[in-house]
Amino acid sequence: MIAAIATPHIRILAILPEIVLLGGAILLLAVGSLVQRQLRARLATVCTLVISAAALGVSLWQWADVSGRGPFTAVDHAVVVDGFSAFVNVLVSCAIFLTALVADGYLRREDVVGPEMHVLAMVSASGAMIMGSANDLIVVFLGLEILSIALYVLAAFNHRRAASGEAALKYFILGSFSSAVFVYGIALVYGATGSSNLAQIAGFLSKNVLASDGLLLAGMSLLLVGFAFKVAAVPFHMWTPDVYQGAPSPVTGFMAAVAKAGAFAALLRVFVSTFGVLRTDWQPIIYALAIVTLLLGAFLAVVQRDVKRMLAYSSINHAGFVLLGLEAASGRGVSASLYYLFAYMFMVIGSFAVVTVVGRRGDAAHDIASYRGLARRQPLLALAFAVLLLAQAGAPFTTGLWAKLQVVLASVDHAIPLAVVAMVSAAVAAFFYLRVAVLMYSPAADVGTVPGVQAPAEDARPLGSGAARAAMATEGDRTKAETQSEPLVGIGAPEIPPTRPVWTGIERNVAVLNRLNASLLLDGDPVTLGPALGTAARDSGETLDVTAVRSAGPLKVPPLSAAAIGLCVAVTVVLGFWPGPLTSFAHHATLLFLP
Amino acid sequence: MSIGPAWYLSLAAVLFSLGAIGVLIRRNVLVMFMCIELMLNAANLTFVTFSRMLGDIGGQSLVFFVLVVAAAEVVVGLGVVVAIFRRRANTTADDLHGMKG
Repeated sequence: MIAAIATPHIRILAILPEIVLLGGAILLLAVGSLVQRQLRARLATVCTLVISAAALGVSLWQWADVSGRGPFTAVDHAVVVDGFSAFVNVLVSCAIFLTALVADGYLRREDVVGPEMHVLAMVSASGAMIMGSANDLIVVFLGLEILSIALYVLAAFNHRRAASGEAALKYFILGSFSSAVFVYGIALVYGATGSSNLAQIAGFLSKNVLASDGLLLAGMSLLLVGFAFKVAAVPFHMWTPDVYQGAPSPVTGFMAAVAKAGAFAALLRVFVSTFGVLRTDWQPIIYALAIVTLLLGAFLAVVQRDVKRMLAYSSINHAGFVLLGLEAASGRGVSASLYYLFAYMFMVIGSFAVVTVVGRRGDAAHDIASYRGLARRQPLLALAFAVLLLAQAGAPFTTGLWAKLQVVLASVDHAIPLAVVAMVSAAVAAFFYLRVAVLMYSPAADVGTVPGVQAPAEDARPLGSGAARAAMATEGDRTKAETQSEPLVGIGAPEIPPTRPVWTGIERNVAVLNRLNASLLLDGDPVTLGPALGTAARDSGETLDVTAVRSAGPLKVPPLSAAAIGLCVAVTVVLGFWPGPLTSFAHHATLLFLP
Repeated sequence: MSIGPAWYLSLAAVLFSLGAIGVLIRRNVLVMFMCIELMLNAANLTFVTFSRMLGDIGGQSLVFFVLVVAAAEVVVGLGVVVAIFRRRANTTADDLHGMKG
């Protein structure tokens, strides 16, 4: 006779946004395998847009419910629904909508047909939502892992790029290392307080004064290390530039927006709300973290030549700003951090949408030289990128200014040196944003001819021939290796010795590729293309694989990407002129904070 | 001599440190995976020990969550490794240096 097991009552509304995203993802995966190949790409994008819009609607419904009836906990107090969690859900739903728009153009361009990228992005986003609404440390951990495991796969998504796999492996090793540290932190906090539930931990801490709190402090610091890895705060930021550079560009934007939002949401809830009593213990640590994060992020971004790496370091700098709001440990600080995350989401997804477009086929033209004279070729794209970069720098009439202003105002009350450091880092950061903006508008020596030249250059290359296309279709490394020297011979660089098998040196191709793209843009002449290829390949002592030769087609802006960029710019500028609604949204989200 | 909870906690701490050091100094990706597993299982041992000390079954149930997550993580990790090292001869992390800045 088996006794009945008491199961908790589950209030569906509490986890409805997550259910919509996860259920939608599974549905899309099932439907996607049933329809024809030609329909699949379009169907996946449309489905993702509908699902994310539904998740957004449900999140807003949650918000209305919480505003009317107040916050509550559900699923045996493991999940909390309050203004804070509803805010995070809205943010994540918007992020997935925009990412789906950007990913559509990317997937078509790279010939990666299938719903998998959208599915993984939705699963990952549901992890971020779980982190935002977790009321138990183990639920935070589960959310963190759902977020991260899907992101590891997304980082490795483009299997034709060696850099993508390398990024995934680095992210995976360091990410699971930080998760293990995080779990050990949970175990120690559980041992010290007797519970893993956030409300019970807070209750325990407010009633008891621990005679020896070494165990608790050790657990707290391990939790902080785990979070700091995920938000890329400085001593734990090593993975960020490589992963941001190697991952496919739409994924990088998604990662920067959603992983940061989810991890910061949990970090704010756990530290400000649960460990609020112990703020004198953790505030100095956050203070130090914020200072090094702000300064290192800004100064290292200045010396980068790859725009994705530059944006990676700038995201580290932004993480420092959000830490400012955490350090304040007040309602004002939390609402400033929330506002920052929301504004940053639009800026960073928009920026990486532009980077995706400029990266062109092969997703490799990310050297800063690729942006020279962009305004001549694509005036609207350049304008949008300039606005997004200026917003990240904190220019007036954008959300970037209000975001920076609020976190600095929150911290200036009690930590003036920190606010000063933040302003200095913002000034340094403005330099590298402006550098790209100025480069886009500077008339390059002979770049004016590029639009006319790009098309013939594309035709002149024999990669349009059946052999190369067949090689791509088989996707076999060996086939690539056998055919890879043909295109080179065809364009007048027969002196390249077929030295090593191509799969031993694929990662070098990224460097070769960047140089190749640079030389393409600077020379702009199809005749010089062959020698440029030859020298680029000879310099590195490596052979090029087909992926390398394929990149740098003409610069096309897919309509959906244009819509995503337009939306991001519109939100950034409109809410910059009219900051009231979002500010009060973030403020109310903080007021409805539980407990 | 009886073996008290402090022994289990110490053993867990030692295992966790060994795992952490292993991830930092070993260069073979598969060995790094094993070290991460060691760290997770050290956390599990800590959970179980505290659960016995506190007389609370909750801590032991948390172990199942960690086990499942660890399994999922390994599946994805090995998938990534296979995808990368089909192109390469060995699984040495130092050879992955295509990106620098």
